[in-house]
Amino acid sequence: MAVTLPGPHTPTSVAGTTSPDPTPSRRRRFTWARSTPYLLIAPAIAFELLVHVIPMLVGIFMSLIQLTQFYVTNWSAAPFTGIGNYRVALDFSGPLGQQLARSFGITLGFTVLVVGISFGFGTSASLVLQRVVRGRGPLRTLFLIPYALPAYAGIITWKFMLQRDNGLLNQLLVDDLHLAHGRPFWLIGGNAFVSLVVVSVWQQWPFAFLMTMAGMQVIPEDVYQAAAIDGASTWQQVRHITLRMMRPVNAVLVLLLFLWTFREFNTPYVLFGPTPPESADLLTVHIYASSFITWNFGLGSAMSVLLMLFLIVVAGLWALWNRRVNRDA
Amino acid sequence: MREQLSFRVFRWLVLVPLGLFAVVPLYVMLTSALKPLRDVQGDFQWWPKNLTLRPFIDMWSTVPLAQYFVNSLIVTTAATVCSVVIAVFAAYAVSRYRFRGRGTFAGVILSTQMFPGVLFLLPLFIIFVNIDNALGFTFLYQTRVGLVVTYLTFTLPFSVWMLASYFDGIPRDLDECARVDGTSALGALFRIILPTARPGVIAVAVYSFMTAWGEILFASQLTNSDSRTLAVGLQSYATENNVYWNQVMAAALVVSVPIVAGFLLLQRYLVAGLTAGAVK
Amino acid sequence: MKIRTFAACVPVMLLAAALTACSHGDAGSGDADATLSYWASNQGASLDNDKKILTPELDKFTQQTGIKVKLEVVPWTDLTNNTLAAAVSGRGPDVLNIGNTNAATFESTGAFYAFDDAAFQKIGGKDRFVASALATAGVAGHPPTSIPLYSQVYALYYNKKLFADAGLQPPATWEDLVSDAQKLTDPAQKRYGIVIPGATVNSSMHFSFIFGQQHGGSPFDKDGKPTFTSQGVIDGVKQYVDLLSRYHVVNPSDAQYTDASQSAGEFAHGQAAMYMAQTSGINVLAQNGMTPDQYGIAPIPAPASGQKVSSFVAGTNISIFKKTKHLDAALQFVKFMTSSQEQEILNKAYTTQPAVKDAPAAFTDDKQKLDVFTQILADYAKPLPLVSGVQAYQANVGGAVVSLIAKAATGATISDGDVKVALEQAQQKMGAK
Repeated sequence: MAVTLPGPHTPTSVAGTTSPDPTPSRRRRFTWARSTPYLLIAPAIAFELLVHVIPMLVGIFMSLIQLTQFYVTNWSAAPFTGIGNYRVALDFSGPLGQQLARSFGITLGFTVLVVGISFGFGTSASLVLQRVVRGRGPLRTLFLIPYALPAYAGIITWKFMLQRDNGLLNQLLVDDLHLAHGRPFWLIGGNAFVSLVVVSVWQQWPFAFLMTMAGMQVIPEDVYQAAAIDGASTWQQVRHITLRMMRPVNAVLVLLLFLWTFREFNTPYVLFGPTPPESADLLTVHIYASSFITWNFGLGSAMSVLLMLFLIVVAGLWALWNRRVNRDA
Repeated sequence: MREQLSFRVFRWLVLVPLGLFAVVPLYVMLTSALKPLRDVQGDFQWWPKNLTLRPFIDMWSTVPLAQYFVNSLIVTTAATVCSVVIAVFAAYAVSRYRFRGRGTFAGVILSTQMFPGVLFLLPLFIIFVNIDNALGFTFLYQTRVGLVVTYLTFTLPFSVWMLASYFDGIPRDLDECARVDGTSALGALFRIILPTARPGVIAVAVYSFMTAWGEILFASQLTNSDSRTLAVGLQSYATENNVYWNQVMAAALVVSVPIVAGFLLLQRYLVAGLTAGAVK
Repeated sequence: MKIRTFAACVPVMLLAAALTACSHGDAGSGDADATLSYWASNQGASLDNDKKILTPELDKFTQQTGIKVKLEVVPWTDLTNNTLAAAVSGRGPDVLNIGNTNAATFESTGAFYAFDDAAFQKIGGKDRFVASALATAGVAGHPPTSIPLYSQVYALYYNKKLFADAGLQPPATWEDLVSDAQKLTDPAQKRYGIVIPGATVNSSMHFSFIFGQQHGGSPFDKDGKPTFTSQGVIDGVKQYVDLLSRYHVVNPSDAQYTDASQSAGEFAHGQAAMYMAQTSGINVLAQNGMTPDQYGIAPIPAPASGQKVSSFVAGTNISIFKKTKHLDAALQFVKFMTSSQEQEILNKAYTTQPAVKDAPAAFTDDKQKLDVFTQILADYAKPLPLVSGVQAYQANVGGAVVSLIAKAATGATISDGDVKVALEQAQQKMGAK
């Protein structure tokens, strides 16, 4: 197995030298050697508990009560609603449920597109640069600059470029190239979705590029040479060597990109403000708008928990798929 | 080794559009930063009619940019250092030990990547305030420390995963030999594993740095004017009265220069094996 | 090796030291005697500008009373959320500004100190305040949890030169406004009759309220239940959206303006002949290079058959956090900030209207403008509904109007039915509580 997969059934690494023997006696004294791994993970656990796990549990609790402005200063007085908030969120005949469902669909489409395109761009760029020596450094730097800019600055620049009257895009499409008639909108209406995907790809693909490029660095040159002697074309080498060897890296990369993109908040928020156009109404902003802005925290928490459950399912499916691929490989 | 023509064509088909895709927004940033505000608000000009350096001067007074920059640098560096150190220990345990709860640990750590930030913001705030109340002084509430603690946990999960797979890639014989020679577990980590895995550690550090550097949501809620970071501070160029597009872009360019420079310096280590551990 | 490790540790230790030092710097707020912490809203051109305006005044307060004030200027985008977080966690400033729209919402959290009669005595009595401004301080019939500080109203700003060139007078009725706007619109020259902040949620709610009132509509009934689909509210929203959808006197691009200041720029540059904005628009336009002699001020007109409402009472209020350890100092501070002298100075600096009667409005040298604003505040301004759900009202109705404007901008014609559907959905979302 190539990557450490979390889960009790994944003995990725062989037993360490100090691991307890198979039949540990419960009355054995505390020893430093045995507690070493626990001491090593203790700081990580402490911080994750503090910043993620406990707030997450609080969030789950919030989803079960009717937490509105009347109760935010005294949570214990908030009426317990059980699954009431979930029922509202999942009531697809009401506007909130409908909008949540629509927002979910948009987010899924957005995520698949952004992850797919970012990954495609990253892999393509890595592939064509893999064995180029001249000019690679400057290009690599150029490609990575969007990753180094503060997110807000990059997005606000795009927002500026996408303005209908004064933006670069319409200047190019309408005034210079005469490709479009009338000035299309890019920040409202259906096009807003396209803009959101483009801007997100712009921000994400450098990371995919970085990861894939580094992954390809470690594929030994002699593998290619052997293939070339056997008469394999460049394309065959790409398919049978590079992409195959990259599978473990790609699996991790795609999963992480998916998790991150699905929860994307900064880009839509900076691009459109708290009320995005319908076509670009991503889940996290949607939850923010139905929770923070309208002060209905219980409902927002319920929606967040639903989002988390979905991502857990995705990660679970990924793990199953990954295990099978690795077993077959 | 000869490449086929079609592959060479493909190379250009990939590099030219991607190059333009990356460079056009940067070009817009640069030229807008060199225009007076009136021109920026007016029709788009490919080349500025009136060149000015004013935005690069005014940007320091519209917003306390220098202070935000220092805040960001402190917070981001501290979060990166802490995150990497903690992740190294945890990854070492995951990679080299089999212990009860190992799988749970990895699973829980991954699940933290799935809860939307907007919702645990409020609980986190309450926790910080309660810790401060227990301590009796302001430690986490709207301070840089609070932000560092928050950010380091954002990047821990990915860092632990990456580093663990890295460490897995390092032959166990290496550190086991050292252990037989009487080196402690930590000694083996510091003397054998870390030097071998340096590229991975740097890659994780870069990732942690960038994540903390650009974060907006938590920074806007968990800071005050003394601790405000750059990512949030840049938004202050959009005031109640005006959006100072040219100054935002000038500021973004200036603050990015040190980051890009640092990036360039680190690149050689990074590329040597960002994902080496993950490849068998 | 050892030395390397040590060298690596030094920066870490320094950082730790720096961090601890920084955190100690902030520690004063709760413990030190008689140091108030004050969150001011961003009223001026920038956060820094606010600091410059407020610091000398706060120094005066310290001189008079010996009470120190630690000032924190909070951008509007963060103020509500920061205040919310403060309310939830119990950890916040002693005194803070709030947008008066939120007064009722914050009151319902119970996190703010309620000014009973005794408290009013300490800050100089109820009668000092402008009645319409004080009416925004909280839910009627309860002791208010905020005190008005800076008042504002909406007015119609018109470009004097464009109006003179076209031989037009400022409109007295909404019908006049529309016909003037049509005459002044010339898309070929990139000039439109009027500019609207199309994608700005709170402004959109404001306009829906004002125009709804002109049609006798109210978004809430006496019991505080939402009535967004009442005919008056629908007509009001339709009146606003028609500017773009039916009369095309608005640049469709306005539909992407998420910042109200973007529309100010369009007016200041002569690309729009009219602009509806609050009193502080004077300041905003000055920042955009337009001097007061270039524009005139008139009340936003109502349809000939409608009610003469031109604005709601907007503005900024000041509140005391209930958990403050320095209540007396905080009350003294509120008294100071609402004293005639400070009201005059601060409202002049921010081009807003004083909330107390004996402070003269002085935000511009132009008497005509002063009089119009003063008259609007006194006669043509209705308070926003003081219900706790106003925050959700703003988000839902404002959001509905924003999406209608977006639809109109992308070419759709908006009918009464479209408006009704949008408002119905907004109302159902309120019911979800």
